[in-house]
Amino acid sequence: MTVTKADAPVTTASNDPAGTGEPVGSARSERLSALVQQHGALAVLVIVSLVASLSFDSFATGDNVSNMATSSAFLAIVALGMTFVIITGGIDLSVGSLFALGGVLAAWGSRHGTLVALLLPLAVCGLIGVVNGLLVARSRLAPFIVTLAAMLGARGLLLAITDEGADTFLIGKGSLLAELGQGTTLGLGNPVWITLALFVAGAVVLRRTRFGQHVYAVGGNEDAAALMGAPVARTKILVYTLSGLLAGLAGALNAAWLASGVTILGNGMELEAISAVVIGGTLLTGGLGYVSGSLVGVLLLKVIQNVINQIGSLDSSYQQVVSGAFLAVVVIAQTWLGRRRQLM
Amino acid sequence: MAPPAEVLAVRGLSKSFPGVRALDDVDLTLHAGEVHALIGENGAGKSTLIKLLTGVYRPDAGEITFQGHAVSFGTPLEAQKAGISTIYQEVNLIPLLSVARNLFLGREPRNRFGVLDLARMNREAEDTLRGYGVQVDVRRPLRTLGVGAQQMVGLARAVATDARVVIMDEPTSSLEPREVETLFSVIRRLRDAGIAVVYVSHRLDELYAVCSTVTVLRDGRRVHHGSLADLDRLALVSTMLGRDLGEVREEGLTKFTGDHQSAGSEPVLDAADLTVPHKLHGVSLSIRPGEVVGLGGLLGSGRTETAKAISGALPVRSGRVTVAGVPLRGGSAPAAIRAGISLLPEDRKSEGIVPGLSVRENIALAVLPRLSRFGLVSEARVDSVVDTFMKRLRIKASSPHQKVGELSGGNQQKVLLARWLAMNPKVLLLDEPTRGIDVGAKAEVQKLVDELAADGLGVLLISSDLEELIEGSDRVVVLKDGAVVGELTGDDVTEERLMRTIAGDTLAEPVKEVTSDG
Repeated sequence: MTVTKADAPVTTASNDPAGTGEPVGSARSERLSALVQQHGALAVLVIVSLVASLSFDSFATGDNVSNMATSSAFLAIVALGMTFVIITGGIDLSVGSLFALGGVLAAWGSRHGTLVALLLPLAVCGLIGVVNGLLVARSRLAPFIVTLAAMLGARGLLLAITDEGADTFLIGKGSLLAELGQGTTLGLGNPVWITLALFVAGAVVLRRTRFGQHVYAVGGNEDAAALMGAPVARTKILVYTLSGLLAGLAGALNAAWLASGVTILGNGMELEAISAVVIGGTLLTGGLGYVSGSLVGVLLLKVIQNVINQIGSLDSSYQQVVSGAFLAVVVIAQTWLGRRRQLM
Repeated sequence: MAPPAEVLAVRGLSKSFPGVRALDDVDLTLHAGEVHALIGENGAGKSTLIKLLTGVYRPDAGEITFQGHAVSFGTPLEAQKAGISTIYQEVNLIPLLSVARNLFLGREPRNRFGVLDLARMNREAEDTLRGYGVQVDVRRPLRTLGVGAQQMVGLARAVATDARVVIMDEPTSSLEPREVETLFSVIRRLRDAGIAVVYVSHRLDELYAVCSTVTVLRDGRRVHHGSLADLDRLALVSTMLGRDLGEVREEGLTKFTGDHQSAGSEPVLDAADLTVPHKLHGVSLSIRPGEVVGLGGLLGSGRTETAKAISGALPVRSGRVTVAGVPLRGGSAPAAIRAGISLLPEDRKSEGIVPGLSVRENIALAVLPRLSRFGLVSEARVDSVVDTFMKRLRIKASSPHQKVGELSGGNQQKVLLARWLAMNPKVLLLDEPTRGIDVGAKAEVQKLVDELAADGLGVLLISSDLEELIEGSDRVVVLKDGAVVGELTGDDVTEERLMRTIAGDTLAEPVKEVTSDG
């Protein structure tokens, strides 16, 4: 070996590739980890569903499946918006309140026609989403605090509208809105179809549009995204707006399904949605996630809930224990996979 | 051919921050096809100038003319759209996104429905990257690429945006020599295409290899500009430092005096058979008081791991560490600190300084428990410790209450050093103490290492800079694949011997037992 320069190039020479156990794993284990992270929840869902249908005769019946699907739909729509927010590295705690507010506004508005019943909750919840987004993006406040404030504020607004919950607004039978919530198409409830359509649209937006790219970029590395010219503030405002809109829509559909606006709904729904998103493989730290995963996460939570109901002898309170334990297991697994893949 | 057109002209640019005049009346002219070296010590104003050119900051005074028009960029995006692209020292891409998506972020090819055309995007990404010597599956997440390849993606991205001016801020700091060559060929291609390049680097070799013109900044002012060929290395360094040419020549480029008196033969630190699965295979070394022991080897040879294992930051499977004859329980950083071992980590940003805290708080961080009584901190004692070390290490800050994040790299490093010196250590482990800091600060840190050894500390010095390692160390222990492959002492401590040992040339030195499981 000869030395040609004073500042020998050896100084920057690379790792010896033969060195064992270098941090970045082999391509295969990397792909495997990625696969588990993306589809692990789906595998668990399939297994749990199989076991349940073998164990309980009443599980895999048309009625039960259709019920589960419809009751999943509302949470799924909320979780869709939450997925966008979490991928940007944020969090939206206001969705539970907005869900209830959307329902009450839809029921109240249904007296003035279906159009008002749908547009009113979207307008109000969307506006609250815009405010969330503006405060997070422009004022650089922590999403946790901003949306916590919105959660409390929306709950208060709800109580004001309903005279502290004393007034309950009903949705007339046979109206278009009631049909939207209660009717079925091809054996599945209309909310299920609306949810599926929203998820397909959501997947396309997230993976195949510039806005979607910006969502990932902002969550992946905000500073770099800004330097690369991504509109960071606009992206954040949009995801919180989207989350608000979807929460309002889910609430409106839910009210249509129940034929009334119920004020006590949506308590803790934000946490359920966050659980579903995380179980679905989206990183709570942002930058990585899939809408399909969130759908699977919602289904998994609902199936577990259903199974516990099927057992009957088990107090339904325990379903929260199981859901909680399940979430813990998923987060542990995700963290482990993430460390393996050096995401965190 | 007409003389190359002026692409960018900067006149009288000034920018101040609270308490600092970061840039003072600076001019800069760039012509098409010019590769312009922008140099200066840290804190000279290079970063500020770049940030003004790219719309990160707004100037207080002065004007920027780009392609004949006065411009004022409000954001990096506006500058980028106008045709001024920047690649930064650290890769500024999105690690979790795919290579292709990173390359095209914000200008993705779309079909007529406004949906991304992934097939075309991936194909074009592959074609583009091939020109930069990167051949990978572009659908892979960016972070699965090596740092060099990531840097190339960043470069490809910067150039692909129809840039007229490309600014490169220390682009080679994480590249391998082969990748540096690729980078240079890309720069020459840009030059031939009539693009103006601003090249910022501390590595003089690189400047002379690719740059034609130079601007030297010092203390926010332009102190020299012109053809680079007219300025030899020594003149360049002395202009940059603002020191007399003769003085630089006399003292050499490093500040080390060389030999140290190692008092007594009892080692202050004795590490034996340190083994960490996959990383270290029975590494042993000892340091006597007043001795500077260098740790040589390539990147990934286990240098950092050795330092971390000694300091308890990395759990060892087996091995012993003895400090001044007292055995240390392994794998416990607090125990190591109590025993008198201090580690100055390689990555000062993530493992050392707390940028949001003041100089005073950063220095006092580790020593606080010793300055407290019943859990209450004695402010007076903290002040006196902070004052002592700020003076002793010549830390340049507007006051002890200035945030460390606002200091230059060299001063940040000194703050870290102060933090550990305040602990009154017996052994100091320095992992790349001068990386990423400018020549002047480097010399100061080197001088400090000398002084500390003279005070009787045992110092372990890890450096990728061979010159620094050789001039600074009394002995050099050479690692390869996590095992000691040789030790150079006395007159054998030369660059050539070191390289031979690293390369595994047994003629250099009777090589100690080489483990085969590495």
